[in-house]
Amino acid sequence: MSTALTPRDGAGVRRGAGLPKWSLWAVAAGSVALAVGIGLVAGLTSHVQWGLIAALLFVLGTYGVAARAEGRRQAKDRVATALVWVAFLLAVVPLVSLVWTTVSRGVKVLDGYFLSHSMGLVADSEPGGGIYHAILGSLEQVGLATAIGAPIGVLTAIYLVEYGRGRLALAVTFFVDVMTGIPSIVAGLFILSLMLILDLQPFGFAGSLALAILMMPVVVRSTEEMLKLVPNELREASLALGIPKWRTILKVVLPTSLGGITTGVMLAVARIAGETAPVLLLVFGNPFINANPFEGAQASLPLYIYQQYAQSAGAGAAYDRAWAASLTLIAFVMILNLVARGIARWKAPKTGR
Amino acid sequence: MAKRIDVSGLTAFYGAHKAIEDISMTVEPRSVTAFIGPSGCGKSTFLRTLNRMHEVTPGGRVEGKVLLDDEDLYGSGVDPVSVRREVGMVFQRPNPFPTMSIFENVAAGLRLNGGYRKSELDDVVEKSLRGANLWNEVKDRLNKPGSGLSGGQQQRLCIARAIAVEPRVLLMDEPCSALDPISTLAIEDLIGELKERFTIVIVTHNMQQAARVSDRTAFFNLAGVGQPGRLVEIDDTERIFSNPSVQATEDYISGRFG
Repeated sequence: MSTALTPRDGAGVRRGAGLPKWSLWAVAAGSVALAVGIGLVAGLTSHVQWGLIAALLFVLGTYGVAARAEGRRQAKDRVATALVWVAFLLAVVPLVSLVWTTVSRGVKVLDGYFLSHSMGLVADSEPGGGIYHAILGSLEQVGLATAIGAPIGVLTAIYLVEYGRGRLALAVTFFVDVMTGIPSIVAGLFILSLMLILDLQPFGFAGSLALAILMMPVVVRSTEEMLKLVPNELREASLALGIPKWRTILKVVLPTSLGGITTGVMLAVARIAGETAPVLLLVFGNPFINANPFEGAQASLPLYIYQQYAQSAGAGAAYDRAWAASLTLIAFVMILNLVARGIARWKAPKTGR
Repeated sequence: MAKRIDVSGLTAFYGAHKAIEDISMTVEPRSVTAFIGPSGCGKSTFLRTLNRMHEVTPGGRVEGKVLLDDEDLYGSGVDPVSVRREVGMVFQRPNPFPTMSIFENVAAGLRLNGGYRKSELDDVVEKSLRGANLWNEVKDRLNKPGSGLSGGQQQRLCIARAIAVEPRVLLMDEPCSALDPISTLAIEDLIGELKERFTIVIVTHNMQQAARVSDRTAFFNLAGVGQPGRLVEIDDTERIFSNPSVQATEDYISGRFG
């Protein structure tokens, strides 16, 4: 049987794959069943081990089945596909597990009351209370940080791509790289030292400054890449019309890359929205509603999660609140990403006829 | 309103590399002048010095004089932006602005320069698109993106965009090299019409095209790899293609080059 399947037999072009579509599903199901069997027999307690064994069996099984039915070359192709699928599943499993855990534990106390009330007058051990103050604080701090960090970052990138020549540009690039590596706690300490020099008490805007420092290099890097993607021909076309360089950048280069820049800024926002360390140092946390980011301690979502969890000892009302706040934070970042996608799609260069 | 160009002793550099050396020529108004020559001989570079686009390239530098009706484009105090409003350019590959509609593409030059009346804009766009022989094809979809047009239509859109700002001179850098023969014919016909109003300079690799569209032809050549390109001769197109005064020109035109 196998002799007829080797390509050297001069059979010419063989049509179609020898394997029916369901066979790979059968291999997958078989390897999962086998892995469960092996796990039970060998007494492996960890389901991660079961999963890895199933993945390994799936790759080997695919090769074996395909090699018998289709020949070696097709088998290698199948194995490559199988490996990609396994890698995809390995990447998705932790994500799904994380979202599932957060949702299942978070929905317990997440309701309108939770979103619209603060922790004022509610002790950490008691049920009730909410995260209104933390949402407000997060929105203000992240909003201010974005208002500072995004324009500076985008302008820096414009300088680097459109104007930067020679040593200054090299120095700026180098320091942006260095800034990318700044741990968030160090950025917090930097602003804290200024606060100590000026003898200030914790307030929301101080946190915004630290977050802006963390945000800038991310924005610069992503914007730089997006601006480099704009074809030089468009710049030349605009310049050749007698349009000054600054208007060329403003009206041709930026609109062309706006979708990408927005995505980059939103990713940076998502990054700083989850920062805890600088907020802990500079904003301090506050169970009461403080809508003024320029005076007095504020709350913020990541800080709230940390504080609730730290005081909960692994169970009770505070524990539930920490998970509900986590779910809110994830939803917050996800909504931002969806908005960014929407803007990117809306502003993307049009291709329709 | 078309203007004469007088170039004398023009040398252009990319950093330390001398790309073209000591070029002098006169381009007559209301005529088509074609530049021919082998790749890398500096035709495009020379073309780009005529509206100061050469210095946009990092390291680009020019010595010599380019007079546009007695006004030196490289004189001190001359704003390159104002030069480019006088001397428009069409590029090798069609490059409409991807974020803009057909209408906005044509209006871009006026809009982004400011100083126009809203009521004028519709007229200018229609006039320019008619001037580029594109109006009938796009009049029903002026608000569709320019990138949805075919290659030849896009190139005519770019020509419409260039003539919308009413330049005196129109430079064309191999405008047909990315197009099929039918689109090429459309553009060549268009060049014949545009020369009534503009001074046109066209770079081309296609010698039949140069023979078809141009009144005068300039032949560029370079002595060897790494050497700067030079102007070999410029003469009436008919003479260049029938009885050139330099042997190298005849060799190049008859395909016996090198």
